[in-house]
Amino acid sequence: MALLSIRNLSVEFATAAGPFRAVDGVDLTVDQGDVLAIVGESGSGKSVSMLAMMGLLPWTATITADEMSFDGRDIRRLSARERRKVIGRDMAMIFQEPMSSLNPCFTVGFQIKEALRQHLNLDRAQRHARAIELMDLVGIPAPEKRLSAFPHQLSGGMSQRVMIAMALACKPRLLIADEPTTALDVTIQAQILDLLSDLQKETGMALILITHDMGVVAETAQRVQVQYAGQKVEEQPVEGLFATPHHPYTAALLAALPERATTRRLPTIPGVVPGQYDRPAGCLFAPRCAKATEICHSTRAPVQGAELGLARCHHPVTQPEEATQ
Amino acid sequence: MTAPVIIAENLARHYVVGGGLFSKPQVVKALSEASFSIEPGKTLAVVGESGCGKSTLARLVTLIEEPTAGTLRIDGKAATPDTWASLRASVQIVFQDPYGSLNLRHRIGAILEEPLRINRPQMPAAERQAKAREMMALVGLRPEHYDRFPHMFSGGQRQRIAIARALMLEPKLLVLDEPVSALDLSIQSQVLNLLMDLQERLDLAYLFISHDLSVVRHMADEVIVMYLGRPVEYGTRDQVFEAPRHPYTKALLSATPTTEPHLRRERIKLEGELPSPLNVPEGCPFAPRCWKAQDLCRQTRPELGDGAHPAACHFPEGH
Ligand SMILES: Nc1ncnc2c1ncn2[C@@H]1O[C@H](COP(=O)(O)OP(=O)(O)OP(=O)(O)O)[C@@H](O)[C@H]1O
Ligand SMILES: Nc1ncnc2c1ncn2[C@@H]1O[C@H](COP(=O)(O)OP(=O)(O)OP(=O)(O)O)[C@@H](O)[C@H]1O
Ligand SMILES: [Mg+2]
Ligand SMILES: [Mg+2]
Repeated sequence: MALLSIRNLSVEFATAAGPFRAVDGVDLTVDQGDVLAIVGESGSGKSVSMLAMMGLLPWTATITADEMSFDGRDIRRLSARERRKVIGRDMAMIFQEPMSSLNPCFTVGFQIKEALRQHLNLDRAQRHARAIELMDLVGIPAPEKRLSAFPHQLSGGMSQRVMIAMALACKPRLLIADEPTTALDVTIQAQILDLLSDLQKETGMALILITHDMGVVAETAQRVQVQYAGQKVEEQPVEGLFATPHHPYTAALLAALPERATTRRLPTIPGVVPGQYDRPAGCLFAPRCAKATEICHSTRAPVQGAELGLARCHHPVTQPEEATQ
Repeated sequence: MTAPVIIAENLARHYVVGGGLFSKPQVVKALSEASFSIEPGKTLAVVGESGCGKSTLARLVTLIEEPTAGTLRIDGKAATPDTWASLRASVQIVFQDPYGSLNLRHRIGAILEEPLRINRPQMPAAERQAKAREMMALVGLRPEHYDRFPHMFSGGQRQRIAIARALMLEPKLLVLDEPVSALDLSIQSQVLNLLMDLQERLDLAYLFISHDLSVVRHMADEVIVMYLGRPVEYGTRDQVFEAPRHPYTKALLSATPTTEPHLRRERIKLEGELPSPLNVPEGCPFAPRCWKAQDLCRQTRPELGDGAHPAACHFPEGH
């Protein structure tokens, strides 16, 4: 049984200009010990789909799904109390903006200890010791001293590590990390990613990693899911995705990596992501796709089989060479 | 050899912070001893950890701030307080955040014409407008965009607007402070291509600041690696990427994740953390994290020195 199983998740926001579908029929499965990366254009619904699962969206959001279960339990059926028990303890999230997710009025030590108090049965001295241990784990120097610091006294990278320490406080079974290393430089980033991989190996923690950094994906994830305009357009094991992407969007995205460039001018994807008003009738990527034919413009794309990376495409790419054109 | 657009010698910038009733003011040495030159049509990249002084350098070079020490020659003229005003047009800057750096209440046309209105007040309005429209075409914006507001554009388009504005006064040097960090991969390549096109057409010199080493490798002719406010290595792109000499450069390169398995290197794990610029250790500032550090390193700070590929290290790599 999968640890986390989501089928056909959609999220629609009520906006002044009418309904806006931010997530459109996304499936997602994570087993114990899995490391799944989610990549895709900015605004493609990566954060919103995770927040929907955690029950953290505002009331303007309407969430529908055929299934949303964690450890065999239907998340939607949990009472508010049961949900609070699961979220924060078994399932934790590192949010995209670390600065705005820490409470500016309390010291970081208080905030970590509070998370420990709510979910674990430790006495005061044990909580203090565990808080220091956690800060040390994420590479914060002089952790005893930093416990009494307020969030504004820490640099961006330091707050990000405090957030990671808090998320790890209760040894979650699933950690969702939304751009966990963006404010960090590469040497510290490497340290954090090593820490997450170690935890995943030692405790069997599952990890969902949302990031724009394809290098991080290639070196950390086992499986990758690609999103475009609210839809999942491809899913593959990491080696396959980088060797032979099957969706033209994935192929175009990887071709734009400077380290893959064969010419000085980099390949680009013409056009922009569809917005609220110009959502195409057929495949959502068709207006920007070099391979699009008539059917792509008129008919929504089918989802191909696993051998084609579940590509949501009428004409999936099958050869590595084709992908780099 | 063409004359450099900019020659910087021993630039430094110190900030005094604190100094309340009970605390002594402290000095942050944000930048020290930065020397370099850039020729027309060339790109010098500056890399280094967050807080190592990259943006401070950008502010000095664009004459937004005065250096605490050192000299700057731009386009053959020494930058002194009396020449600042006339030199300012020659160096322009583009910031990381395309949204924050544009006036959201102005139309694109007005945003582009503003530098001309301020610096060339005698220019007739019709000529200003013609120049703005010409610049829009140059950076790939459409004529109808002239009357639109910034919020109507994508991130990549907004960065094009910021670049267009920076080019209005026909600068010789463009300082790019993390110009693509806030952009998606697919938009990043559009903006980088635009920068390469403009450089070729206008023979622009770039000071390119970025923490993304794969972008730097693609764009740069020369690279400066900074650590805690000081250049620690300076060389051509190939020298720095193929044969790094400073251990810090080596660690940085080894920690950069890559999608290409054949580019992966044994990762060097650094212990400890970047020290605070308020409290720079004696000796080599990298010594507390360096796996090669010896007593000499903890006592005496190594100088960058001269030569073709200098490195501020007592025991550089490759020897
Ligand atoms: N509260 C809200 N009301 C209306 N629209 C929203 C709301 N929150 C998010 N959206 C929209 O939903 C879409 C998906 O946003 P989301 O934050 O999931 O993107 P993302 O894939 O995480 O992008 P990024 O890579 O930039 O973080 C975006 O178009 C966003 O503007
Ligand atoms: N006006 C100021 N007053 C005091 N300290 C300052 C000031 N501006 C910068 N600093 C300090 O100088 C150092 C260098 O800052 P700078 O912004 O140049 O770093 P950076 O290399 O651009 O970092 P990043 O990659 O995070 O943008 C930092 O320690 C910063 O806190
Ligand atoms: Mg997001
Ligand atoms: Mg900066």
